Amino acid sequence: MKNNARKMDEKKFRQVSRRELLKLTPVLALGAFAIPQWQEGLLKKGLGFSDWASARLFRSGHLAITFDNSELTPFAKFPINGYDVEDPGVIFESWTLTVSGAVQKPGAYTLAQVQALPRFRQNTRHVCVEGWDVIGRFGGARLSDFMQMIGADPTAKFITVNCADDYYESLDMATALHPQTFLCYEMYEQPLTREHGAPLRLQIPTKIGYKQAKYLTELKVTHVLDKVGYWEDQGYSWFYGM
Amino acid sequence: MSGNVIEIIRTTGKEDDVPGVVARAVYEHPFIVRLCHWINTVALFVMVGSGLQIFRAFPSFGAKIPQKDLLHWPKAFAIGGWLGGALQWHLTFMWIYLGTGILYLGYQLFSGNYRQVLFVPRDLPGVWPMVKHYFFFGSKPAVREAYNPLQKQAYTSAIILGVLSVLTGLAVWKPIQFSWLAWMMGGFHYARIWHFAVMWAILFFVLGHLVMVILHGWNNFLSMLTGWKKDPEY
Repeated sequence: MKNNARKMDEKKFRQVSRRELLKLTPVLALGAFAIPQWQEGLLKKGLGFSDWASARLFRSGHLAITFDNSELTPFAKFPINGYDVEDPGVIFESWTLTVSGAVQKPGAYTLAQVQALPRFRQNTRHVCVEGWDVIGRFGGARLSDFMQMIGADPTAKFITVNCADDYYESLDMATALHPQTFLCYEMYEQPLTREHGAPLRLQIPTKIGYKQAKYLTELKVTHVLDKVGYWEDQGYSWFYGM
Repeated sequence: MSGNVIEIIRTTGKEDDVPGVVARAVYEHPFIVRLCHWINTVALFVMVGSGLQIFRAFPSFGAKIPQKDLLHWPKAFAIGGWLGGALQWHLTFMWIYLGTGILYLGYQLFSGNYRQVLFVPRDLPGVWPMVKHYFFFGSKPAVREAYNPLQKQAYTSAIILGVLSVLTGLAVWKPIQFSWLAWMMGGFHYARIWHFAVMWAILFFVLGHLVMVILHGWNNFLSMLTGWKKDPEY
């Protein structure tokens, strides 16, 4: 066996070894992430790529799993996560949802107009970006029905919302039109309470929790996204579809 | 198995010189394997570090109300500084981690090099003698190839854990688009637990791996950089 072995000069072996080692230099490119001036930009690109991939993975026909009433998290144990205040002091009597942008019928819509749309209820999982999850019972109108009512331009790409607590968010059109995306005014078959976003909030089981804005006051249908979202502006993912 | 073995010779340059064999060497780790190994080392480090920072945001697997923390992982041993920052690292490096994983598996499969690491039933009888040698002062079994049966078992397990880390991660990230994956793991809530458990299993492997690398010395370590292992035991 030894006689069959290839022979190599000592010097040549050192050369070959060095060449093989140098082949690994592309690994050092990862060091770019350690350069402070580049780090933020690179991570933003990475997050952007994840969002891009997320949008491509999204299928309107893929529904969030629904649960039996017996599997619900008790209402008292449904966490309240506001970004600022638990009650921004909305005056219900004079509350309206102001609709603008690429719609045929802009203007102020009352809660009664939203509630006149077919009401749906669903028991779905609510997942927080922090990692916890609960199963809640939500009721409301389909956002897609509302979009039809206001005559939203079907070619528009986004909707943006503003809230009474100065929170703001935006959604891709595919998710806005998903059959499980609600303008939610009910939890556990009771009117939405103030700390959960009364009188109207977004309920989107195909999205992470922070996309589901509370205390809605304005809704805009738009071709160009001029405002992204409160948490997105702090560095969170924009699409974050489940 | 001796196909890659060479003899390193020294010549004096004199006319009646008879080349002397000073060492033997074997090419153990092809370039793609080494490349994937080192990129993955960095990627795994970032994935674990940022993953632990993400875990810090809700260090529990129970209810949110009331919240019972499982463990408080120190911030100094985490990457990203805060949840949003950690998610940026995690969602960026997961592509690098996945990329090297696919490149590695594809290369091993198509080159046939997988035979070097894949644990097969034939290796089974060799496991116990190695365990006896490592842990109970048993005599050292003859070395016939790059990896002994116990090493093959360890590396094959690590590769399976790598695949599982991606699948459990996908179930946490996209439990609705990949609902069948989440379902197999018992739903989103349990997928998160599995993802965490797989991380610890990988860390357990890494610990063992590092101990063995230190025990096996410099030539063995160098082989993962140059591909060539000097003075192999076979």
